[in-house]
Amino acid sequence: MRKHWKMISLGLAACLMMTVLAGCGGKKEEGGLAAIKERGKLVVGVKFDTKLFGLKDPSSGNVEGFDIDISKELAKRILGDGSKVEFKEVTSKTRIPMLNNGEIDMVVATMTITEERKKEVDFSDVYFQAGQSLLVKKGSPIRGIEDVTAETKVMSSKGATSVKNIKEKVPGVTVLEFDNYQDAFSALKAGQGDALTTDDAILYGMAAQDPNFEVVGKPFTDEPYGIAFRKGNAELVQAVNDALKAMRESGEYDAIYEKWIGKKPAE
Amino acid sequence: MDFTVLTENMEPFLRGFLNTIWASLLGLAGSFVLGVIIAVFRITRLRPLVWFGTGYVEFFRNIPLLLVVFLFYLGLPSLGVTLSGFAAGTLGLAVYTSAFIAEAIRAGILAVPAGQTEAARSSGLGYVQTMVHVVLPQAIKLVIPPLSNQFINLVKNSSVLSIVAGFDLMYYGDVVATETFDTINTYLFVAMFYLIITLPLSYGSRVLERKLARHD
Repeated sequence: MRKHWKMISLGLAACLMMTVLAGCGGKKEEGGLAAIKERGKLVVGVKFDTKLFGLKDPSSGNVEGFDIDISKELAKRILGDGSKVEFKEVTSKTRIPMLNNGEIDMVVATMTITEERKKEVDFSDVYFQAGQSLLVKKGSPIRGIEDVTAETKVMSSKGATSVKNIKEKVPGVTVLEFDNYQDAFSALKAGQGDALTTDDAILYGMAAQDPNFEVVGKPFTDEPYGIAFRKGNAELVQAVNDALKAMRESGEYDAIYEKWIGKKPAE
Repeated sequence: MDFTVLTENMEPFLRGFLNTIWASLLGLAGSFVLGVIIAVFRITRLRPLVWFGTGYVEFFRNIPLLLVVFLFYLGLPSLGVTLSGFAAGTLGLAVYTSAFIAEAIRAGILAVPAGQTEAARSSGLGYVQTMVHVVLPQAIKLVIPPLSNQFINLVKNSSVLSIVAGFDLMYYGDVVATETFDTINTYLFVAMFYLIITLPLSYGSRVLERKLARHD
């Protein structure tokens, strides 16, 4: 009998620990526009592994890309100084939890605006228009989404919209999900799958990195990128939207776009 | 605690749970067999075997598990062998753990007093007979606590499969967490599933230890 009591109290202790841990998940309502101005610094979550958008240069330690330049431009317009911005690495997997934990003020990380995500975070206006496409080894029989069948192994990143999209377009397809695109690309290079799928903007960066790979077919989805904020920071969202609008009007946006994507934005 | 994440995603959780059990069982069997072989290599008097055993243990014990798994997943294809994420992960897990198991077994055998071997040999038993009837039965008692630790570690370390798309519990945990955005609850349930495997393991090893101790 005494043994049973021991087991029961152990079980209770375990439950208690779980409840305490679960209680820690409460969202903090801080880090609004006023707090950022007082701190004098924007803390932005960006990708560190995505060529053209946010890539850490291992030799200099600097992060570079389209998302980085946009963030600096935002800091310049909101805080009056383009250098008052701190970059923290996020992945598709970590960006929403980090935002909701209060570790970052906003996410500028190739993030598609979706209805589901809108329930979790607030988005700015579209700041980049991408579309999902496929990256394959040169000479692959896959020339576009129509060649992807249930037998094709497609790789992508955990938490990316592209996983959901490809499963909808090709029911039964095997998707191998990795922690980030760099790991997915390494697996593709090692021949662990047939194609890598995500937004064309990211794929072009990979193709530029390794000429043995190419982007095939037309984009098969619309992926409007937005900047994400914790819910309930209307002031901050407004300030960023105003800054984005002003950037487009002044030609600053086009210059950044051309610098990274190599052509002028459409429209 | 909010159970909707669990009830609405039962299928991926269970699929991952089963794959984790599979990977653990295969890894356990594989690492034990490899570990015994390497331990024997290291205590023989055949120099090449000793060198091989020592090299094996020092190499795999002193690099991160993640790297071992990457070697099998991303490195082997360049030699013409492509293993799935599950296979590469499980193999990496077995090889990595076997280095620790080999050391535990070797230490257990060496801890049996030399007088035991000498007595057995002078009673006319051969090397193999001495090992099987005298040394190993005593060594096993000393080896069980470190071995059960290694096996519990192996179950937890199987989460490395999630990095190479091995469809284990952690992989589906990541997928569910990123799809539902309910990160904390998801990972709490993942922890619970791991406990379902590891708690009986640690309880069982304690019972076994006590039973063996009684025979002294």
